[in-house]
Amino acid sequence: MIEFFNVLLVIFLILSALAVERTKDLLSAVIIFGAYSFMMAVVWLLLRSPDVALTEAAIGAGVTTLLFVGLVSRTRRWE
Amino acid sequence: MMKRLISVLFFALFLALSYAVLQMPPAGTPDAPSYNHTTEHYLANALEETGATNVVAAILTDYRAWDTLGETIVLFTAIVAVISVLRKRPTAEVIRDE
Amino acid sequence: MNDIIVKTVTRIMVPFIQMYGIFVILNGHISPGGGFAGGALIGVSLILYTLVFGVGAAEKKFSHRLGDLSESGGILIYLVIGSVGIVSGGYFLTNLDAGFLKGEAGALLSGGMIPLLMVAIGIKVTSTIITLFHAMIEEDPS
Repeated sequence: MIEFFNVLLVIFLILSALAVERTKDLLSAVIIFGAYSFMMAVVWLLLRSPDVALTEAAIGAGVTTLLFVGLVSRTRRWE
Repeated sequence: MMKRLISVLFFALFLALSYAVLQMPPAGTPDAPSYNHTTEHYLANALEETGATNVVAAILTDYRAWDTLGETIVLFTAIVAVISVLRKRPTAEVIRDE
Repeated sequence: MNDIIVKTVTRIMVPFIQMYGIFVILNGHISPGGGFAGGALIGVSLILYTLVFGVGAAEKKFSHRLGDLSESGGILIYLVIGSVGIVSGGYFLTNLDAGFLKGEAGALLSGGMIPLLMVAIGIKVTSTIITLFHAMIEEDPS
């Protein structure tokens, strides 16, 4: 069961990484990148490293997303 | 033609890397090559030597405190560079005029 | 942002996020987490405040001067705690041999200098994140 969940998470990771690269709307790309970071945090939790999971959820999903949103607001939104 | 060749090469690389990942030991086994005498020493003695129950914190801020100091200095240098470029300062004009 | 819902929810949520960040920093030696994650949480709460109430209101809460002080203060606290080891006759960043309180395993006051270093790292990371965001957001768009 946990193996199946793991495989599902990794497939979602690959799909969202491809979607970040394909999306023309940069704000959507930032949001998808935030979802990628959350999935990555769950994967770290399943790999039994809660410290890295907490840091990934705080920095990857929080700070990076907000910094990129600020960056998009200062430049243009469409690629 | 060149593009297709490059994609075939990358697909072969993907297959090779997937095969390599499948050969890795499962997470947390004692047979893994990264589980050597250093890990054993940390897991066995971290509580007596530092008093912290979180071994990761004990490694980060006791055994490897110099590395954490270096990380902090990296953050400090990065933020000094960003501020010196981006923040508006009244003194910056004066320095430029001289 | 002039939305009453966003403003009210932010006003309620920000203290809880900061409380959780302080919890993660102070419990870094007995549970997962630590200075980096907790400092990032507090920094994110201040970024949220900046996004909702504007840079002017956020400057009143976390001014440039406070940013400069905590930026260099965190690293100075780290260096001072490390120097205690030299004063007591050991190496730089000696923990228990330098006379820090070992305490009971699992208690909040345990682990010698580890919680103090976590607090220093937390101050540093918080001010780094919020200074970076303010410097990026208030720069002239010309």
